[in-house]
Amino acid sequence: MTDVAVRRDTARRWLRDNGVYAAIVLLIGYNLIFTDNFATVANLNTQLVQVAPVLIVALGMALVIGTEGVDLSVGSVMAIAAAILPLYLGYGLAPAIGLALVAGALCGLLNGTLVAVVGIQPIVATLALLVGGRGLALVFADGQLKNINNAELLDLGTGKASVPLIPLVAAVLAVVAWALVRHTTVGRTQVATTGRTVRPVLLIVCGIGLLLLAVIALSTGTRINVPFIVLIAAVLAVLVWFLVRQTTFGRQLVSVGGNRAASALAGLPVRRVLMTTYVISGMLAAIAGIIATARLTASDPSRIGELFELSAITAVVVGGTPLSGGRVRVLGTVAGALLMQLIAATLIKHNLPPSTAQIVQAAIIVAAVYLQRSRSGGGQ
Amino acid sequence: MTALKQDHISGGDSDDISVAAAGMTRAEWLAALVQRRGSLAVLALVVVIASISFGHFATIANAQNIAMQSSFLAIVALGMTFVIISGGIDLSVGSVYALGGVLAAYGMQESSLLGLLLPLAVCGGIGLLNGVLVAYGRLAPFIVTLATLLGARGLLQAITDEGNVTRLMPEGAFLTKLGQGTFLGLGWPVWIAVVLFAIGVVLLQRTRFGHSTVAIGGSREAATLMGLPVARRTMLLYLGSGLTAGLAGTLAAAYSASGVTIVGVGLELDAIAAVVIGGTLLTGGAGTVGGTLAGVLLLKVIQNIINQIGTLSSHYQSVVSGAFLAIVVAVQAYLSRAYLRGRRR
Repeated sequence: MTDVAVRRDTARRWLRDNGVYAAIVLLIGYNLIFTDNFATVANLNTQLVQVAPVLIVALGMALVIGTEGVDLSVGSVMAIAAAILPLYLGYGLAPAIGLALVAGALCGLLNGTLVAVVGIQPIVATLALLVGGRGLALVFADGQLKNINNAELLDLGTGKASVPLIPLVAAVLAVVAWALVRHTTVGRTQVATTGRTVRPVLLIVCGIGLLLLAVIALSTGTRINVPFIVLIAAVLAVLVWFLVRQTTFGRQLVSVGGNRAASALAGLPVRRVLMTTYVISGMLAAIAGIIATARLTASDPSRIGELFELSAITAVVVGGTPLSGGRVRVLGTVAGALLMQLIAATLIKHNLPPSTAQIVQAAIIVAAVYLQRSRSGGGQ
Repeated sequence: MTALKQDHISGGDSDDISVAAAGMTRAEWLAALVQRRGSLAVLALVVVIASISFGHFATIANAQNIAMQSSFLAIVALGMTFVIISGGIDLSVGSVYALGGVLAAYGMQESSLLGLLLPLAVCGGIGLLNGVLVAYGRLAPFIVTLATLLGARGLLQAITDEGNVTRLMPEGAFLTKLGQGTFLGLGWPVWIAVVLFAIGVVLLQRTRFGHSTVAIGGSREAATLMGLPVARRTMLLYLGSGLTAGLAGTLAAAYSASGVTIVGVGLELDAIAAVVIGGTLLTGGAGTVGGTLAGVLLLKVIQNIINQIGTLSSHYQSVVSGAFLAIVVAVQAYLSRAYLRGRRR
């Protein structure tokens, strides 16, 4: 390779890995200058609440795509969860949500069984549930839209949690610092060259310090109102990130996605890993269905989650997770979902019709896969 | 995976002679037969049972009805069959179908000829775009056609004033007659579908184009090494899929005499389901055009039966279709595994 080719390749790789973040920064910059009423708390809340269900579904989708699969059934699973919810709200909120989650898990189990045990390609296996699931949801709901009157559930959809600001910032900083030390080249080099690791004792001391700070801030500090939905999405994103990067299961998942045959030969429980992944995706879809229902204040099994599989796949792909498996980028997925939301919001705020937003999104998807091309080998 | 693909290319897909030459046992031959003709057998079985159970099923009027309803999906599924046999997939057909219908109604404001040519040109263009990106850009077909699914829907919204305008087709114009008229008791769209399927069968089984399509689906690398024009063939397949989807949309719009904007959502799923039920492998390299026709008819007959029962809500139709798809692919997976075991021995 010539020098120019190397440099071009490096540039492309950088764009592939960080393009989504760069695009977000650029778009935010553009909006801050040219869009009225962009940098308001109300707008921020609106955008984040809107993107939350897509984001939650996309998290599960990222895991499934990491196993070299795809889960097309997520939209229908959302509809099933939404249809089940009003049937059991009479027994209270917790049983209703519990049953909706169980239904989501069962859907995931069905997908996982078809993929891992029967050996059907993920596209077709989950296509079956995409086609059948919505019908099932409509059968459960008797084909009707049902209004939700449960106060607690409505509160989940529109309510806000009052979060003290200082510990929130402290917690975010702590997580970022920890991630920098543990998961970046800079941090690892530091540890390697100094020959020291961060001692557990030190972490505990820091933890206690942070807790103290939190208590102080709780009693005195400023508070901000965060919508419950956004809080749930954020917590789930952190959980999924932890699952991928810090647990045995996460390592196994990535390994199975990278090379299924080799993983099986290495003695990994390939079937169990695949099934668990689809179950997680199903449950996350069910959570998204519950949240969407709460926000809509109605259970609408014929419309809820429609085309969510496409939005979720888009978020994952734009976020830099290769369709060929073996890699899961959770933070990238979050950024991908935010970017697509930001694009739609920007176009709408400048009075461009939704059709233009769709065409722009289509172009962005193609651009994102084009950047990934070299890595996945492209083609079929 | 590679082993599976190569097995399909080395025999067992194109015709019975190569199967016999490959030295299969009787059981393997049977497995291959079920894979290729299973959908037809199930279709026959369902039709017989329905004819006995429901008085109104085996009537000429109902048969005409089923044929008419099947014709649009069948035309879409035909293009999809070729794409899937080549190892690709085309998710954009639902949007392209809707776009075709809207463009037909748009062009009809001028003349019937424009009403026919405009959708074919634009939908063919979208198919060509898919083809270029997949074949020359070497992007994953799943994602490329997902993007054009969104893009085509956006284009449709743009030319219908965000879906607020539904253009009607003038009564008595040539294209409207083509959609609504009948010949020998069957609607023109049915005849068009029949002719297209006849061409499709010949194209797949008797021409170099068809054989290279199967070869590309079996193994792209091997096909390239054999000197086949892989990229050009792949591009043409997506062009064909765009054209068939556009044509189906045009005919459907002519049938209802209006360019409705909300049609075609999820049509790609029906088409893929019909192709897979028809015995075409989603991994590519094996499949039949006739099987797809049986798959389409099976989906529509099931829909018809559920309507006949009456007491069942229409929502059960998608439940049955989904369950059917799962069962068919499960059996397919089992059969192809048994087949592979047989060949390794």
